[in-house]
Amino acid sequence: MPHKKENTSIEGKVFTFKILRFDSHQDQESHFAHFKVTAEKGMTVLEALLKIQEDQDPSLVFRYSCRGAVCGSCGMYINGYPNLACRVQLSGLPSQEVLIEPLPNFEVIKDLIVDMAPFWKAYREVEPWLMPNDREKKGEHLVTEKNRAQIDQFVGCILCACCYGACPVVSRDEDYAGPAALAKLFRFIRDSRDKRDWKKTFKPLNNEHGLWGCDTVFRCVDACPKQVRPTDGIEGLRRRAVCSRGGHHGAGKTHSSESPSNEA
Amino acid sequence: MLSYDVIIVGGGLAGLMTSLGVVDSHKVALFSKVHPLRSHSLAAQGGLNASLGNVPGSADDNWEKHTFDTIKGSDYLADQDAVETMCRIGPEVVYELEHMGVPFSRTSEGKIAQRPFGGADYPRTCYAADRTGHVLLHTLYEQSVKKNVEVYTEWLVTSLIIKDNRAQGITALNYSTGEIVAFSARAVVLATGGYGRGYQNSTNAIINTGSGIAVAYRAGIPIKDLEFVQFHPTTLYGTNILMTEGARGEGGYLLNNKGERFMKKYAASKMELAPRDIVSRSMTTEILEGHGFENAFLHLDLRHLGEKKILERLPGIRDITIDFAGVDPVKEPIPVQPGQHYSMGGIDTNEKGETKVRGVYAAGECACVSVHGANRLGGNSLLETVTFGKIVSNQLRDFLASSKEESDKVFLDRALVKEKQRIEELFQRKGKRRYSEVRDELRRVMFTYVGIFRKEEELNTACEKVRQLKRDYRDVAVSYKTRSLNFELINTLELEGMLDLAEIISQGALARKESRGSHFRTDYPTRDDAKWMRHTLAFFTPNGLKFDYKEVKVTRYAPQERKY
Repeated sequence: MPHKKENTSIEGKVFTFKILRFDSHQDQESHFAHFKVTAEKGMTVLEALLKIQEDQDPSLVFRYSCRGAVCGSCGMYINGYPNLACRVQLSGLPSQEVLIEPLPNFEVIKDLIVDMAPFWKAYREVEPWLMPNDREKKGEHLVTEKNRAQIDQFVGCILCACCYGACPVVSRDEDYAGPAALAKLFRFIRDSRDKRDWKKTFKPLNNEHGLWGCDTVFRCVDACPKQVRPTDGIEGLRRRAVCSRGGHHGAGKTHSSESPSNEA
Repeated sequence: MLSYDVIIVGGGLAGLMTSLGVVDSHKVALFSKVHPLRSHSLAAQGGLNASLGNVPGSADDNWEKHTFDTIKGSDYLADQDAVETMCRIGPEVVYELEHMGVPFSRTSEGKIAQRPFGGADYPRTCYAADRTGHVLLHTLYEQSVKKNVEVYTEWLVTSLIIKDNRAQGITALNYSTGEIVAFSARAVVLATGGYGRGYQNSTNAIINTGSGIAVAYRAGIPIKDLEFVQFHPTTLYGTNILMTEGARGEGGYLLNNKGERFMKKYAASKMELAPRDIVSRSMTTEILEGHGFENAFLHLDLRHLGEKKILERLPGIRDITIDFAGVDPVKEPIPVQPGQHYSMGGIDTNEKGETKVRGVYAAGECACVSVHGANRLGGNSLLETVTFGKIVSNQLRDFLASSKEESDKVFLDRALVKEKQRIEELFQRKGKRRYSEVRDELRRVMFTYVGIFRKEEELNTACEKVRQLKRDYRDVAVSYKTRSLNFELINTLELEGMLDLAEIISQGALARKESRGSHFRTDYPTRDDAKWMRHTLAFFTPNGLKFDYKEVKVTRYAPQERKY
């Protein structure tokens, strides 16, 4: 992603934003609209979009919240790459013309706001919550730092859906669970406190719409703004599924005995 | 009209925690302006306090010591019974969170790790690297998915409907359609967070407009201690994104332009880990005296911690400084300045989270119980959200069991008609002012005149300017007429509330002629317990803002001089 940080001054430079617009309530087709924004020091793409909405065209819409690259609201395509709009500094862009499009693989509701429902549905379907079998336990579960570190990168996922937008499998199979949901499942499968009957969780996913769908072309890894590697999680799930077929690991209670380098 | 037993407003930690306690037994709906996972709770970095005693040097820590640190940190404005409750149940709630799946960082024995934080005598801040808010929010949201909590995403609650001092329901704007809809509820919980965006240079998310506090105020519920505004010492210069207190907890230094750890002049024993009000004032003094960089910022230096510790304990901080300032803290100091961060004040509740209106509760940053008094300790806000979320859900179950009254639907329908008229009027206005212009001026006024150091003349200026901005607001029209996804309408509606809160903050600060915690008056530089050890209450009346005061609840901690 060619957004390297530079100290070149952008103040006062005029940037042109070419934004793909569509309103599902009234438009038959999408079209590009052009807006000019005079850059301020440290300005991000999100700040430029807010300027456009405030000063030029209140009908331009997009989601936002934290502006600090932690909430995952403002995932979109910027110059053809998925990223969080708040994370991209104008000073790091290759030119003063910026192409802005909504995340692919979603229905557009309006402009940069997409219908996230399929993404959240896939998330729910992996049963993304911890299933310990000792609810009455007093005090905390003991977890080694090594065990915790194995799920660390997956815990860092902010569910911005950049990976889902970039995934070639989602683009051809709308029933595919997608990288984020599968990586989330792996986060729990690999959590030493989780004692779920993972074969049961795997059952609806043990097919090409689930953990066998991935092309392993790592588009999700490239897309992730938080350095998560969803493909690692998907491969870990596959390994677990194969092991169960071969009867190697029994009931999935042996996370800590598996080498982390094999799965994460 | 849809009816619920409980409507929860806000999908952050306090709202989600409340929902988990009542969803199994009652019909619950949670309303949020954004998807719950986009709530500002996730921006919390450093951790939450509980006296687990898990790390060396903390074996004799206990909830009473946590209580004392919190009360001293509050500059004796916190209600001591409420602080006792929060600190006493803190450990069990932290264990409950761990059982829900929170991936806390661990000690070498596998216990929940704890780090030192400002104003605390023991290392008691439980953390998950520097993204504790993120992991807590994701975990509570996961539990809400498991329990099928019904969520109205991208809805702004515009009013709270009350009849005969009892909750009836709410009206809310559906972003997607632009419709204003009424919902009936036997109980309403406000958990909408702070108003940080009413200030320039705030760490807060763009969505933090204080809308729930403003809605409660307009509904006649008193707003407490709103003049106490927390300025966090270390926000990234330029964007004011939070640089966690955990960075100093892990051993980071604050340095001036002479390379000195200047905190030795201001808080010789606690140094960088003095409470936030003290560190922020010290930093501002350094900058004003010419010891800053570019007269604007100081350095947060982590280099001596080494790459391994920074990557392990502060990876999120490093991501942010690289993304937003082009600075790698492994190699360079981070440019930081104090910025608005938190509201100690909020909707007046008692130690059970109840407001003066039956069936209306508040929890989290939008509430003022008060457990933070005049200055909140780092690590106590996350603790407040989960402990009071739990306390409120317990109260709700009792309240709903004892009170069988149903909402008055006719009354709600009439309220809906009025609310629709109010919003329609914004479209019909002929004025030419833009919401963004008024909002930006408000933010500048508040930061300049009601900031870290305050004095009469400047506070008078602030009050006058806020009054003018309220007049200007009447000329703000919504120019974009389409109802669906109308962010101009949303921003204009929220701006009205921000102006109300700014008026309460500035007038409350002008009236309080003493210095206590975050409220520092250069013209009244000492604490005055005889006159001012009391809470400010702000009331919305037909004749405008009126103030009253009430006593602080003291159990067993007599006020002392506050030294670190």
